[in-house]
Amino acid sequence: MGEFFSAVFEVLSTEAAFTAAARFAVLLAFAAAGEWVAERAGTLNISVEGMLLGGAFAAAMGFHITESVAVGLVCAMLAGGTVSMVQAQMSHRLTADPFVVGLTLNILVLGVVGFLESELKPSTRLASVVEVPFLVDLPLVGRALFGQPWPFYLIYVVVPFCGWLLLRTRWGLEVRAVGENPQSADVSGIHVNHRRRQSIYLAGLMAGLGGGYLLFGQVGRFEPGMVGGRGFIALVAVIFGGWRLRATIFGCLLFGSVLSFRLTLPALGYQLNNELLSSLPFLVTIVATSLFVRATRQPAALARPFIRGLK
Amino acid sequence: MNESVLSRRSQWAEAVTLYVLCGLGALVISGLLVTVVGASWSDVWNALVDGSVRKPGRWGGTIGVATPLALVALGTMVSNRAGLVNIGQEGQLLIGAAFAAYAGANMVGPGPVALLVVLTSGALGGALWAGIAGGLRYWRKVPEVLSTLLLVSLAANVVGYGLKNSWLLLERGAGLGNRNSVSEQLAPDTRIPHWSLWGNDFAMSAVAVVLLIFLVSWMLNHTLWGYRLSVVGQNQRVARRFGIGETAEGMKSMFISGGMSGLAGGVMLASGDFANYRLVAGFSVSIGWVGLLVALVAGQRALAIIPVAFVFASLRTGSGFLASTGIERRVTDVVQGLIVLALLIPPAIMFIRQRRRALSASRSRV
Repeated sequence: MGEFFSAVFEVLSTEAAFTAAARFAVLLAFAAAGEWVAERAGTLNISVEGMLLGGAFAAAMGFHITESVAVGLVCAMLAGGTVSMVQAQMSHRLTADPFVVGLTLNILVLGVVGFLESELKPSTRLASVVEVPFLVDLPLVGRALFGQPWPFYLIYVVVPFCGWLLLRTRWGLEVRAVGENPQSADVSGIHVNHRRRQSIYLAGLMAGLGGGYLLFGQVGRFEPGMVGGRGFIALVAVIFGGWRLRATIFGCLLFGSVLSFRLTLPALGYQLNNELLSSLPFLVTIVATSLFVRATRQPAALARPFIRGLK
Repeated sequence: MNESVLSRRSQWAEAVTLYVLCGLGALVISGLLVTVVGASWSDVWNALVDGSVRKPGRWGGTIGVATPLALVALGTMVSNRAGLVNIGQEGQLLIGAAFAAYAGANMVGPGPVALLVVLTSGALGGALWAGIAGGLRYWRKVPEVLSTLLLVSLAANVVGYGLKNSWLLLERGAGLGNRNSVSEQLAPDTRIPHWSLWGNDFAMSAVAVVLLIFLVSWMLNHTLWGYRLSVVGQNQRVARRFGIGETAEGMKSMFISGGMSGLAGGVMLASGDFANYRLVAGFSVSIGWVGLLVALVAGQRALAIIPVAFVFASLRTGSGFLASTGIERRVTDVVQGLIVLALLIPPAIMFIRQRRRALSASRSRV
């Protein structure tokens, strides 16, 4: 155990470890930023996992056909949006149970993607690394934040954009109202399920982008198991963050660095148990949420479908 | 009787029409998918039917797959009834199988007793794993949706660890060079006896599971326990007024739900239809997920589990015959997902239409 902690300490003082942690954290942040908006609208989408995976596959196909990372990312957003469209329409236009829909979508996307991948076999590569001059020379965190494959930098747009949208616009105010008290929002003329669907679309676009980033910025080759439950971790990050953006991003950083241990610890020469390393993120997320979850901060109508006249 | 409220017969007709339309829709999309990648859908259909029931000796194997599916689905139904969203059956099943394998390797005793111990410890393992999620839900307010999901990944790693260490699950006596992580094979007398019928061979557990489904169905609908469960699931305020302990009922249902998934793992191990009486890495082969889908399709009708589990098991056993049609066997995963998604639509549409009719009826009454 002592060895483990000294390993963690050493990880926290090397540049390579920070770089790896940032890569993992950013994937979570893409998904979590959109999901944060959707959860503030009172929806809980476990289909984020499927949106990420769909995004990654669409990115692979887009790149395979056009040889362009940018087109791949657009395809990724569209795919994430498509998954979210099914989720939104089925759970917030029809009244199917959102968890049931989300779960089915995850399984369906995994099936579709696994099937199509084995039929089409897209070939891809990592996007080129772009270094931001001067900033990349910052000690310790410079390379982690400013010396990454270029899709990485989209996170600097996505997170503030989501924050601005939810906290500074009329649309965002309505979304928050819908999440806190859908009955009152409905009475004051806000179309509750409309706003909820829109927020889920946003979550889908962002998660799809995250999937594209996963492909071009982190892995480079598509595999059906590449998301591997990290969509769920992104969901937990929102809960861990108490439904506030900054804390959510902090949660992403925390969980992302735990995820990266699997790569960085063996690279530093620590022989740790492989199972321990791969289960650590899940263990940490469970423990962290059970310690820090504060139900009082939760949007009051979270995961409660809105049907006019029924409370 | 107002005109705008439909009679029972036309409601029934509406339901049938919707289900048929949506089911057809799913099949058409699957057919298109198959055609797009350049195979013929009738070949695929024939291969599926051949592999699951038509060829000699095949439906016995399908029953072997359907048994754990039905058990998982039954457990899911119990926790659903209490309003809990337990979606970690895959992990609970795996842990159950691991407990069963451990008991099987370390038990000494006469056959039937040992078999009973193996299956019980399977149920115990699953219950324990679901209980963690339940405990977090009621005492730490962690949504069980997420904790059960996260526990799935954890379970895979825990069992993977167990399979690498001989003091836990790894087969003893395996040489150091033997890197295969498999558990000890169950002794012949701790296996579930098989039954041969017209050239088909299946484990007796299938019969037991059918009986269990009838029992649980009766208990859910006709006992005090079932009633309490529904009250907790439908309206917690009412439950509190009636003095029904939400935590106690919820935890109980979580234990039962996980226990059944764990039992399914034990049955998979002891029936030998999967991995030849051994626990191997990736033993659960997504039976937990598919079982969950079975429960979703069956809805609240426990007896519907039996046909649905059989159909989904057919998709799996039939997929083994797809190689000759030049199409990947994973296409059945897609078909499965599409069917479930399609079958979610009719009840939702009917709910909305019924509400609309009721609303317009009440308006015209004013």
